[in-house]
Amino acid sequence: MDPLRRSPSPCLSSRPSSPSTPPCEMLGPVGIEAVLDQLKIKAMKMGFEFNIMVVGQSGLGKSTMVNTLFKVWKSNPPGLGVPPPQTLQLHSVTHVIEEKGVKLKLTVTDTPGFGDQINNDNCWDPILGYINEQYEQYLQEELLITRQRHIPDTRVHCCVYFVPPTGHCLRPLDIEFLQRLCQTVNVVPVIARADSLTIEEREAFRRRIQQNLRTHCINVYPQMCFDEDINDRILNSKLRDRIPFAVVGADQEHLVNGRCVLGRKTNWGIIEVENMAHCEFPLLRDLLIRSHLQDLKDITHNVHYENYRVIRLNESHLLPRGPGWVNLAPASPGQLTTPRPFKVCRGAHDDSDDEF
Amino acid sequence: MSKQQPTQFINPETPGYVGFANLPNQVHRKSVKKGFEFTLMVVGESGLGKSTLINSLFLTDLYPERVIPGAAGKNIPMKTLTGAEKIERTVQIEASTVEIEERGVKLRLTVVDTPGYGDAINCRDCFKTIISYIDEQFERYLHDESGLNRRHIIDNRVHCCFYFISPFGHGLKPLDVAFMKAIHNKVNIVPVIAKADTLTLKERERLKKRILDEIEEHNIKIYHLPDAESDEDEDFKEQTRLLKASIPFSVVGSNQLIEAKGKKVRGRLYPWGVVEVENPEHNDFLKLRTMLITHMQDLQEVTQDLHYENFRSERLKRGGRKVENEDVNKDQILLEKEAELRRMQEMIARMQAQMQMQMQTGDGDGGALGHHV
Repeated sequence: MDPLRRSPSPCLSSRPSSPSTPPCEMLGPVGIEAVLDQLKIKAMKMGFEFNIMVVGQSGLGKSTMVNTLFKVWKSNPPGLGVPPPQTLQLHSVTHVIEEKGVKLKLTVTDTPGFGDQINNDNCWDPILGYINEQYEQYLQEELLITRQRHIPDTRVHCCVYFVPPTGHCLRPLDIEFLQRLCQTVNVVPVIARADSLTIEEREAFRRRIQQNLRTHCINVYPQMCFDEDINDRILNSKLRDRIPFAVVGADQEHLVNGRCVLGRKTNWGIIEVENMAHCEFPLLRDLLIRSHLQDLKDITHNVHYENYRVIRLNESHLLPRGPGWVNLAPASPGQLTTPRPFKVCRGAHDDSDDEF
Repeated sequence: MSKQQPTQFINPETPGYVGFANLPNQVHRKSVKKGFEFTLMVVGESGLGKSTLINSLFLTDLYPERVIPGAAGKNIPMKTLTGAEKIERTVQIEASTVEIEERGVKLRLTVVDTPGYGDAINCRDCFKTIISYIDEQFERYLHDESGLNRRHIIDNRVHCCFYFISPFGHGLKPLDVAFMKAIHNKVNIVPVIAKADTLTLKERERLKKRILDEIEEHNIKIYHLPDAESDEDEDFKEQTRLLKASIPFSVVGSNQLIEAKGKKVRGRLYPWGVVEVENPEHNDFLKLRTMLITHMQDLQEVTQDLHYENFRSERLKRGGRKVENEDVNKDQILLEKEAELRRMQEMIARMQAQMQMQMQTGDGDGGALGHHV
């Protein structure tokens, strides 16, 4: 199915070097820091799961962006000759990527057909339905008397929303979608195909989008209410200032000044994808993978999933065990208000079975 | 005879030369004096650079109150409302007229903009306003033409419609197809790929081909440039051939002057390079401008001879009435009237029979009053 991609790992074994401190015979350090290594070994054995969903109109470069992010070349490239489907469909593709002994099971859910029709009323319903379905599956697994040791996590950890680079402001469709989805899942909006905007246009567009988001009370990731401490807040504020990132995706390599870079070649220059002066793709990559991947999963588990669970358990006081899914109506905005403080506390719900 | 007249009337040198070869000059003089009128409609989703392109084409600022999005820190222009206001918004028609003069030739250019097109979540009705505007202009012209004073008919009919296709899709969107099919019998459509600087050369070719295939697949009638006449010079023929091969044109618009390679050009400045608007290797802006200028007359002619005539024959067939179902009502009314007549006739017959019977039974002598029915 999906080939395991192995990058050459410098060390042949997957075990990190054992801590240098010998079993404690003398007064001094107790050895608690060895816990970190144990965690690391366990995590590397189990691997990580990450589910990402990309939403946006056709042609905005969603598939290319995923390829660029994870450097995963899908077996079937984005079909340029294929017309967008009549109704919204959801395709999930799973890859297992490995880097330096760390395995990541990445599931990308694509949504072709979003916003492409003449009448786009309620085009977000299938997406909401899918997200809630994943929560439901997890909930059902969690409620079983004899649970699996490791519940497979298919919940969507992050939804990347591609905003077309009109240069004006958010469209009604964008606003409707973001309003509904920010309450159910972590949403990261990005300005797609940003190579059609000059730097000034980009900044103006970004400010207007931020203003739109504020006006409509849309809380995108990283949400301000989940900042744990001052360091987080500083880091996230910097990010929040730059959201939505203006990104460009590319899957071809070109030679620039002797280096081989990913980029788009045009008659007037080469747009380098990983060059911060050209586009903000590195910021997105860092957010999704290098710095906030675990945070995304935590918030999904501790906040969004918990909200869903509370609603469901309240609906049916005795949740029937069995395969029949109960259809959940999309939560009205009044129901899912900002979570109460006790839910924000992230450490409270970490089961030992969950991967870290 | 004429030789004795003063030098105003001279006999032409060659025999058989009447002199009507001078007619085109007279036409030329008259048209230059009269000036030209041209109405251009631009349709496309917001944010595709329509206004910028129009300003670039005609080197004017048709939208003075509008701020180019590049200027950071300025207020949001009137045209771009916030999302909530756009939800309730319907398509508007904004016509702005400008008189341009160049070397003594006056052009009265009207640009009809359609803000709000394609903005709503449900775009089913977004082209109804546009179609009714086009029809209204035809209607007005028809009315003026049938009027008593036909000397100063103002021609506000839409001569050409630039339809802006988004470069981000994989071809035509369903909305594009539906709209073009709805107006291809009413106005000349020139499809234009907007914001062409997001596409590499290969992507551009692919997109153009795809759009042309889809246009053919859906039987959409776009404006076709007329072939060059055989007696035109080679340059012109070559130019026409190039133009025809580049449809749909992929354009970039800008009115900002950028310094590039030592000279000032109109373009867009990116960190990775400068896109020059008037560079044929960068985009088809020059081709679009050439097409519009050299074929302005042809566009007007096709509008007059084809689209307007279509409209006119449709309207006159309907008897000049605005609504079609009035005919149906007329028939119904006729039927009803006939039924009523029949009923009245029967009633009269019955009454007469009754009277006759009364006459006969009542007064045998006064039978003269009775009628034979």
